[in-house]
Amino acid sequence: MKITELFDRGEFVVSAEVGPPKGCHIEPLLEEAKKYLSGVTAVNVTDSQSSVMRFGSLATCKALKDEGLLPIFQITCRDRNRIALQSDILSAAYFGIENLLLLTGDHTKMGDHPQAKPVFDLDSVSLIHTVKQLESGVDLGGNELVGEPPKFAKGAVVSPCSDSVDAQLAKMERKVAAGADYFQTQAVYEPEKFIKFMEKAKQFGKPVQLGVVIPKNVGMCRYMNSNVAGIHVPEEMIEELKKDKEATKAGITGVEIVARIIKECRPYCQGVHIMALGWESKIPGLLEKAGI
Amino acid sequence: MLITELKSRETTAPLLAGKKVFIINCHGCREVHFPEKEAAGYDAELSAAGQVTGILTTDYICNPENLKLRLEKYKSQIEAADVVLVRSCGVGVQTVSEYLEDKIVYAGCDTYPLPGHQGVTPQEYKCDQCGECYLNITGGICPITACSKSLVNGQCGGAKNGKCEVDSEMECGWERIYRRLAMLGRLDVLKCPVQIRNFATDDETRQPEESNL
Repeated sequence: MKITELFDRGEFVVSAEVGPPKGCHIEPLLEEAKKYLSGVTAVNVTDSQSSVMRFGSLATCKALKDEGLLPIFQITCRDRNRIALQSDILSAAYFGIENLLLLTGDHTKMGDHPQAKPVFDLDSVSLIHTVKQLESGVDLGGNELVGEPPKFAKGAVVSPCSDSVDAQLAKMERKVAAGADYFQTQAVYEPEKFIKFMEKAKQFGKPVQLGVVIPKNVGMCRYMNSNVAGIHVPEEMIEELKKDKEATKAGITGVEIVARIIKECRPYCQGVHIMALGWESKIPGLLEKAGI
Repeated sequence: MLITELKSRETTAPLLAGKKVFIINCHGCREVHFPEKEAAGYDAELSAAGQVTGILTTDYICNPENLKLRLEKYKSQIEAADVVLVRSCGVGVQTVSEYLEDKIVYAGCDTYPLPGHQGVTPQEYKCDQCGECYLNITGGICPITACSKSLVNGQCGGAKNGKCEVDSEMECGWERIYRRLAMLGRLDVLKCPVQIRNFATDDETRQPEESNL
């Protein structure tokens, strides 16, 4: 199933993110996903996130699908040229994976193989364009595909709290023009900024899922504030995490904060995308608290 | 050495249509091939149409100090122009574009590499000699050299406080491009068709690709 069908029905779509391990045993990931992600509609699988080499996104998507979950195949342009990207996208179609999230990807220097060649033959916009072209039965080289062409829900990302939000909107417009069907956002801690962003983004008429990351501790917030693009955790929230150390450690405070953000932003968006970063076990509680 | 090849008429004509143009031709780096004849023919056509406010044919426009002195003499002609058309390698176009920051500066050429002497390229501006100059759709700032990922369809999500994710000392090239286009009132160029790079190096595989730069 394509998640765009759910947006079309007016559903508030919840997705969560999982990151494959460094190694070839994904059984624990599958067990966790079955246990904690039964309440979410779709599961994003990251593509060697932060340029750290890991088990593949496509294989994980296939395994999740076999377990009855609805995977979203994240694809970056960091490691593959246009031939490999198209080839993997066709492979996904064969496995019945219908949801894609198409990204430029972090630079190779950010990860654990900084000597690797950064590919970026395509980027997020031209990758969306490429998938659209495949859907029309023709590859990027203009050659016809054999048989029925694949069809996907083509997702993209946008960063609503970025310090260059107008440039982000311009890029979002390019993604829409290229064929993006829905958007997931970078983690939001400033609902007022998100709401302002959505007032401008709604002109594109594409569903947007609010991105959230459960803050685990003060250190994590400070780290994100200084290092992660498009994320700013306000000082009041950091204070809130400082107040009751035990509650913060147990994830209670973080879940409360994120549930509040979701409630505040919900009227302005079409879904939520949870990046739990290892705290998948907190997701059922978060959904309950947020009233989803 | 390098080769500067005129962009096709189909590419440059819409940029110059109905506009007053000041033209700069660079005959720098002596080994450089410059399409003199074709350029002169085009200039004559533009002049006949009353579009040309002035033509400066010189060398080494990549040297900012030199360029400044030379452009001083053409101040009124440049002011009278809506756009400046530069026929040089990408470094030359970027040097002019930076100096004439409130003018729309267009690249009239694509630059291809050849081994050997590369002129007097200053450190600030770089041309990758990619053979499909993007400067006309990026406000005169090269996305190939100013962006760590050489992205051609806009910024990635990696810049923090305007700095690149790869190098905290480096300004995000696409934020610079966005600001420049905003200053020129030309954010509309960001609505251009999807750009896909052509990495083919031989003429045969380059030809069929339709360029809209």
